[in-house]
Amino acid sequence: MPFTIGKIILPIVKGCQKDTKMEMPTPNAAVLNKKSHIVRRLSKVLPRESVISEEHETRAYECDALTAYRCSPMIAVLPENTQQVSDILRICHEEGVPVVPRGSGTSLAGGAMPTADCVILGVAKLNDVLETDYDNRLIRVQSGRTNLSVSGAVEENGFFYAPDPSSQLACAIAGNIAMNSGGAHCLKYGVTTNNLMGVTMVMMDGEVVEIGGSHLDSAGLDLLGLICGSEGQLGVVTEATLRILHKPVGARPILIAFDENEVAGACVADIIKAGVLPVAMEFMDRLCIETSENFAKAGYPNAEALLIIEVEGSELEIEEQLTKIISIAEKHNPVELRQSNSPEESAKIWLGRKSAFGAIGQISDYMCLDGTIPVSELPFVLRRIGEISKQYGLRVGNVFHAGDGNMHPLILFDANKPGDLELCEKMGAEILRLCVEVGGCLTGEHGVGIEKRDLMFDQYSHADIEAQLNIKDVFDPKWLLNGAKVFPLIATEDRRAA
Amino acid sequence: MITPKTEDEVSEFLVNTSKSVRIVGGGTRQGLGNHVEPEVKLSTLGLTGITLLEPAALTLVVRAGTPLAEVQEALAAENQQLPFEPMDHTSLLGTQGVSSIGGVVACNISGSRRIQAGACRDSLIGVRFVDGMGTIVKNGGRVMKNVTGYDLVKLMAGSYGTLGVMTELSFKLLPKPEASATITLHGLSDADGIAALCRALGSPNDVNGAAHLDGKTFIRIEGFKGSIAYRSEALKSLFSDSEVTVETNLDNNSKLWKSVGDVDIFAKMKTSIWRLSVKPTKGPEIVEHLRKGGIKLEAQYDWGGGLVYLSVADDIDIRDYLVEMQGHATLVRGNGGGAAAMPIQNKLVTKIEAGLRAKFDPRELLNKGIMG
Repeated sequence: MPFTIGKIILPIVKGCQKDTKMEMPTPNAAVLNKKSHIVRRLSKVLPRESVISEEHETRAYECDALTAYRCSPMIAVLPENTQQVSDILRICHEEGVPVVPRGSGTSLAGGAMPTADCVILGVAKLNDVLETDYDNRLIRVQSGRTNLSVSGAVEENGFFYAPDPSSQLACAIAGNIAMNSGGAHCLKYGVTTNNLMGVTMVMMDGEVVEIGGSHLDSAGLDLLGLICGSEGQLGVVTEATLRILHKPVGARPILIAFDENEVAGACVADIIKAGVLPVAMEFMDRLCIETSENFAKAGYPNAEALLIIEVEGSELEIEEQLTKIISIAEKHNPVELRQSNSPEESAKIWLGRKSAFGAIGQISDYMCLDGTIPVSELPFVLRRIGEISKQYGLRVGNVFHAGDGNMHPLILFDANKPGDLELCEKMGAEILRLCVEVGGCLTGEHGVGIEKRDLMFDQYSHADIEAQLNIKDVFDPKWLLNGAKVFPLIATEDRRAA
Repeated sequence: MITPKTEDEVSEFLVNTSKSVRIVGGGTRQGLGNHVEPEVKLSTLGLTGITLLEPAALTLVVRAGTPLAEVQEALAAENQQLPFEPMDHTSLLGTQGVSSIGGVVACNISGSRRIQAGACRDSLIGVRFVDGMGTIVKNGGRVMKNVTGYDLVKLMAGSYGTLGVMTELSFKLLPKPEASATITLHGLSDADGIAALCRALGSPNDVNGAAHLDGKTFIRIEGFKGSIAYRSEALKSLFSDSEVTVETNLDNNSKLWKSVGDVDIFAKMKTSIWRLSVKPTKGPEIVEHLRKGGIKLEAQYDWGGGLVYLSVADDIDIRDYLVEMQGHATLVRGNGGGAAAMPIQNKLVTKIEAGLRAKFDPRELLNKGIMG
């Protein structure tokens, strides 16, 4: 998580627009002037405790997990049902008030960052399970429910919800849908959009629309696919139907270490080519191996690159897959190949990987990137990242989901050193541009938010962006819903002003 | 018929035309969708060729007019496949020609493996298209994890050419299985058959085919040999009170599932064919409800009961009997060659769809009316 783990404590920036480095639209003075009128209207449709308008209370919503940028909203509201969400949006629509939807506030991209003139619409109170249906393998939940507690609701029957972002303990399904969240197990199970069957969504004008449901494919245009990953810009999802699966019988990891990054990359390629589809393939480079070893003492070998590969199934199926993986790995002369013989040993193999971000946070402030690259470009991209790192004078650790090419380079910097954050951001942008150049993209699972907004033209042409802006025009013609995100402000200026 | 050879030629044509356009690929699925009478046909068959096939990344990029068979052959050479197992419509619709990959995507054609591996839209990771004004647009790319901007990739899949002429498509792939098994349960009623499929799909055996037709209930698993042997036994033990047979020959299994996917049992009948997408357990209930309404029909169930094909003797609109149904019904083939009928949507969804079409194709030139 950028800026959050470790020792960094950033000062709370007052007055938002003036002091933050992140450019945000100028707050609408007319909206700010009628704050008390809007509070009165909202209080008529919501319980008293659900409308938060005092400055010392709204501060709780000033940022998400991208904590470098902060701004208190004008008002925050915490509705308890779809009807209340509809009432809130209708009022804001009539009054011309910008709305920023918020799940649990774990966005790493600033997706839930407020503007000073906005109403934060938090779905935290919408956390009920509405229906579980094991025969049809689905669960219907309110959207504020956390990711992990969706699995929690079905686990006693042996089921689980597959997408597992690393913030799954805290993050809400609403945010997962907004960002089309992934996780470590995407290679086998897909991301949120592949596991979402239907939504109840409130449009900015307060109208409620049902899309999809318990059937498997869409009747007309795939609006569900369009809504998933739209970063809360097209509507506010209040309920979701999610696909659940029976848990595999078991799972086991193997650790394989190499003395060159390229060789680790080649090994991953050979495993996939051989038809093995492990449920997870995680890669760590030397900096991450050493740092996490010093911190977590998982007994990792001294190596340039390390793979943790996990397979699932019955005991016999696990053995069958591991045998294939080992025979492929051995052709690449690993410096170490460590199998697990017990749940304790499995946990130890995962320990270093799971501690990697925290370990880096212990030695430095860092920023976590999220670009995706074609897997074949891995050796080239790692080499280039090394060169960029030298050029900027900032160290980089690489952890990533090797099976799907989703990289998480961690750039180390010193938040107390003037200019270091800016240097780090500049370097991050250069690495993301590199991801795009080799055929990848800016963000694999975190979303664009405010963080990568200004890089959108590096990936997309004006026509590509215009097609996306046109879609927002259809769903939210006044551009009130989370309108300062995803696209460069300059590209949306006229629409937001209209 | 216009047959552009490049994306730029598609763009140039659309910029300069004011005529209504019917987009055609191989023509094997032309019967799907409402009947339309355009002024000019635009063929995508000039846009061919695989532009990238990277087995180690499970990635394919291909031009839209490329024959599906050519795609499948190239993937088979790498021991890989399209995950969603698209059906062949030629026998059911009585069409001829060679299916194109663009047509598969335009109609979001997904076969039996959809129940586990997802639909065509789930495997699609990138798209290039030319909108109704002739503007070239790209979205997504060639990597399977990508949340950069809105997901127009999903939107284009199943849009029947009403939002643009697709020119290039990217897919994520699956390895071809080393082994497969079909566990067949004999003599179950529709309701019992679907209940059995629910049990199989709700077990940890990674079932990726679940169909019921002609008094037989089929359960498919695919994977490595040892795993198939193990899971066959695990599934058999779930149904120890039924008559069970197991087929493990790869060729026999692929023939069986092709015939399920292509709905062979109804192909030769002179009946209307309806396709229902419903909550899986509701499949048999809906069929029973229609029968009680006096409608003569036969049913084939796939996707664990969620995809129902009906062969209906009478020339009637079964949607009149299904107003309470969650899901949707499409007339795939009218009896006596009548026009197909697309599902009817609720008002607000219709309004959003009309709004999107007005943005992508403001002059209403592309496949107008094909989706209703």
